[in-house]
Amino acid sequence: MADQTFREWLVTDTPTSRRHAKLSALYQGWLTFRSNTMAMVGLGILLLLIVVAVAAPILSPHDPFVQDLGNRLAPLGSEGHLLGTDSLGRDILSRLIYGARITLYIVALVALIAPIAGLLVGTVSGYAGGWVDIVLMRITDIFLAFPRLVLALAFVAALGAGIENAVLAISLTAWPPYARIARAETLTIRSSDYIAAIRLQGAGAFRIITRHIWPLCISSLIVRVTLDMAGIILAAAGLGFLGLGAQPPSPEWGAMISEGRRFILDHWWVATMPGLAIFTVSLAFNLLGDGLRDVLDPKAGE
Amino acid sequence: MNAFNRLLTGAAIGLAVSLSSFAANAETPANMLVIANRIDDVTTIDPAESFEFAGSDISRNVYSRLVILDPMDLDAGYKPDLAESWEVSEDGMTITFTMREGVTFHSGNPVRAEDAAFSLQRAVILNKTPAFILTQFGFTPENVTETIRADGNTLILTTDKKYATSFVLNCLTATIGAVVDKETVMANEVDGDMGSEWLRTNSAGSGPYMLDSWRPNESVTLSSFPDYYGGAPEMERVIVRHVQESASQRLLLERGDIDIARNLNPEDVAGASAADGVVISDELKGRLMYLALNQKHPELSKPEVRQAFKYLIDYEGMRDSFLAGQYAIHQNFLPATYLGASDENPFSYDIEKARELLTAAGVDGLEIELGVREAQERIEIAQSFQNAAAQVGIKVNITVGTAKQILARYRARELDVYLGAWGPDYPDPQTNAGTFAYNPDNSDEANATGLLAWRNSWDTGGLTEKVEAAVTEGDRDTRIQMYLDIQSEFRETSPFVIMFQQIEQSAMRENVTNWSTGQAVTNAAYWQVTK
Amino acid sequence: MALTDRTGEGRASLPPWIKTTFLTLGSIAVTMLGLLFVTFIIGRVMPIDPVLAIVGERASQSTYDAVFEELGLDKPLIVQFGYYIWDVLHLDFGTSLLNARPVSEDIARVFPATLELATLGIFFGIVLGVPLGVLAAVRKGSWIDQVARVVALVGYSMPIFWLGLMGLLIFYGILGWVGGPGRVGIFYVDVVPPVTGMILIDALLDRNWDVFKNAFSHIILPAALLGYYSLAYISRMTRSFMLEQLSAEYITTARVKGMSEWDVVWKHAVKNIRVQLITVIALSYATLLEGSVLTEIIFSWPGIGSYITTALLSADMNAVLGGTVVVGLVFILLNIFSDLLYKVFDPRAR
Repeated sequence: MADQTFREWLVTDTPTSRRHAKLSALYQGWLTFRSNTMAMVGLGILLLLIVVAVAAPILSPHDPFVQDLGNRLAPLGSEGHLLGTDSLGRDILSRLIYGARITLYIVALVALIAPIAGLLVGTVSGYAGGWVDIVLMRITDIFLAFPRLVLALAFVAALGAGIENAVLAISLTAWPPYARIARAETLTIRSSDYIAAIRLQGAGAFRIITRHIWPLCISSLIVRVTLDMAGIILAAAGLGFLGLGAQPPSPEWGAMISEGRRFILDHWWVATMPGLAIFTVSLAFNLLGDGLRDVLDPKAGE
Repeated sequence: MNAFNRLLTGAAIGLAVSLSSFAANAETPANMLVIANRIDDVTTIDPAESFEFAGSDISRNVYSRLVILDPMDLDAGYKPDLAESWEVSEDGMTITFTMREGVTFHSGNPVRAEDAAFSLQRAVILNKTPAFILTQFGFTPENVTETIRADGNTLILTTDKKYATSFVLNCLTATIGAVVDKETVMANEVDGDMGSEWLRTNSAGSGPYMLDSWRPNESVTLSSFPDYYGGAPEMERVIVRHVQESASQRLLLERGDIDIARNLNPEDVAGASAADGVVISDELKGRLMYLALNQKHPELSKPEVRQAFKYLIDYEGMRDSFLAGQYAIHQNFLPATYLGASDENPFSYDIEKARELLTAAGVDGLEIELGVREAQERIEIAQSFQNAAAQVGIKVNITVGTAKQILARYRARELDVYLGAWGPDYPDPQTNAGTFAYNPDNSDEANATGLLAWRNSWDTGGLTEKVEAAVTEGDRDTRIQMYLDIQSEFRETSPFVIMFQQIEQSAMRENVTNWSTGQAVTNAAYWQVTK
Repeated sequence: MALTDRTGEGRASLPPWIKTTFLTLGSIAVTMLGLLFVTFIIGRVMPIDPVLAIVGERASQSTYDAVFEELGLDKPLIVQFGYYIWDVLHLDFGTSLLNARPVSEDIARVFPATLELATLGIFFGIVLGVPLGVLAAVRKGSWIDQVARVVALVGYSMPIFWLGLMGLLIFYGILGWVGGPGRVGIFYVDVVPPVTGMILIDALLDRNWDVFKNAFSHIILPAALLGYYSLAYISRMTRSFMLEQLSAEYITTARVKGMSEWDVVWKHAVKNIRVQLITVIALSYATLLEGSVLTEIIFSWPGIGSYITTALLSADMNAVLGGTVVVGLVFILLNIFSDLLYKVFDPRAR
């Protein structure tokens, strides 16, 4: 009963307070989002990924690092090894489960670094204009024009291989588009009447950017980041594939594909299972991003 | 919108039909040999500079040398090639070669003693990476006009002291011993570079094949030299194609688009050998896989610790699993088939023994960094070792890097443990003895980056002098015994854990005969191949 | 894309087009210089030793030192950069450290290979992606839309090296429908004179149909693979642009007037999204032209992506710098091109 009234309160057309209006809008968005089956599937997969990552020690049937050279390259469904074993006889399922942690780690870090860097550069550039804008945008152009993999490879090569450096390298190649988006948004917002009104009230540039411009840029950035996430996972896998990502014996999915690719003709599952895992998570992010776009950015979606 | 659907369907069918008409060729032509190989290591084809595997393959077939290793009879050792015969002086310091008459270069110029002298002098003067193979006999850019000289139809070499004649001649079978066409090379000289710039990408030899083209990371094309003094080779064209992936090489071979695949991994070898019309040929190569412990590390320099590591390698487990068929267990620095090689392999996988040794040394809870280049089999060896070390409380952190990156740190004596491979440079025991067990000055200032013992800061504990003595010993049997003694001491005391010797597996179409990759002593030869 | 977006501002005394051209060229120059500088710095701070790349593992210290000096590595960084810029201005990219050839010669060899592959790839992407996107938008919510969505999302999410190896195994290894790794069969190497460096075009110029057929059978699979990836992107973007157009008032008006659905979609809606579409295609094309390293490795395709990667991993900085300049230039030119089209087609942007 109470639930019923709460819902009515949420869907009301006549909000009573600012907070009420905000919550109401959020709930409406959630309703739209929920009606999108595909997006819900995406969200479900990602929640599952988080659960798997957290509960890895409970879920995995074996230690992901224990080797058994006598039982290497065991096929799918063999005893005790549902997804078979890899070249050193390690359980593929357990490695996949532990690998989920690394994937989440990569995703979280890149999602933190790249958009925030882009947001900073973009909004400052757009708001300040003039020379600041010219210089910052030129730098953005330079990084955009750079072959992405070269930049990432060079960075990893310079700092040494490893998962943190791979994340930094990917972020380094990922921020320029966000800066562009944030700048474009800022330019539209900057000239709007209400910013002028706030400025008249005596608000400084810092306050305007952080309190009024950033919140408005966030939604388009979230959509873009979610859609890019698949690309980021694949880029991390690509670095792992070239031997520059996570260091052995870490069960990073890209590195696992790289290890298993040697057997692709005869023992296809060794590379295919981590490939499927990457595929599933990327797909989930794409589905989620697609749904979020419909909710947060109706112009582009519908 | 129906028109649309029809359009799409039509396009799809059209594509499928057109594709199926491109059936691949089932067989290569009878007079042509097509090889898939990784040739991305070729940086130059100048024999005075070339030092990598694929580059040496080209050189072996394009250039003739004073002496040759016959691919059909490698056990016989060196035989006359451009030098018909040779004589050694009483004091053992001068060798006089008599040149074969009537041999011509690809350019049509005759091969003279002067060309041979020029070639060796040039290598010494240019002083590129492989130059040490010649300069170890005392040839220097300053004295080279006297120590290497032509006299009529003879070439006279004078060394700084007496060496085993077989040692000198073995060195001349290496890539750097190639005889280049002086006239052609000097015609392409720029700023007194002795044709160095030009020879990096062109050839001027008298060997059985002429170089048609070398496209880096793409292909090498050779065609037979009709006037080759030993008779024009049967395969009129040889194409070596760069194919990086083992799986791609195997598919090409099974489809019959190539004759030989040289870089199949064990799983693909097993798969390919089951295919119709494919045979596998095994050849023991000289390359050794080893682990080296940096003696600057306070714990790794303890004798018991060095010994313990030799028990932490699952030799049999690895040989029978991911290295299957491509590596044999070998725990000595001289590869099997070399003069003085030893087949003693006393160490086995023994965690308990290793633990005892570590306890005796008072080592507990060690953490070390292991550097390895990004090659899959090496990374797997590293992980297998990491796994074993963890069981005795040693934490191994693996650092994977590009070849050059890891090598640079190794040469700077920075790594705790290095996992890598070493291949001999010429078919004489000195080639490995002189680097594993020889280190006259162990100080940082010596900067002897070419010596493996120096890189690991190992003073060799007296082996240096024994190596020096063995290389000048003229009597074959005494020399063999000297190397056996050195190796038996080396096994027990050195910081090197030598693990495996490589076996090269070539997968080829069954109609290919007489294929040779040169075993442990040299490189691939194409001229004796028939189909 | 924003390269020319400030060109309209400022004091006007010269004819606008001269100013625009001048500013555009200026911004290209500045971007290129920055690009070179960043690459150069990366090359110098990287812990891969270019000298070792040349001399190899066995070199003695004296050989090492000689090469170190030969490369000018003993000079201060800024002097080295100065020398490099000077050479580039004279169109001299230097010599590759690894294969002793002029870098320009190498690029003339590898870039056409990538260009050929990327062009065919983007062709597939456009020919299949645009209709798919249009169809998905017109039939929004239908099964076609769902299929298009899945096709696109799978394209976004698939690791390319896995798909490439599987494709090779099935279409070449088992079915034998297409040619194997490499640009052309062994027997067709060097058969047609290299004019453009793109084998398909060279074969056409030479009217050599055998070579053309063979080269086509080799390029079809990697091109289709790359095409799939651009298809995924292009079809999604097309759909979203089309949806925006189809909800516009003029479309409703046209329908009310009784115009056929075909004409409404193709003569009006599609015509109006062409500018946005060109931007998307240009971006997608630029990505392909960077060279897909993984595709190139799997298909033994000697393109610019694997060229730059190999060079980078061996610290062959002349080659990396040369490759980066070319890729960067292509990217910038494509952007300017789409900016120009934008101005030509879209009156609002003038």
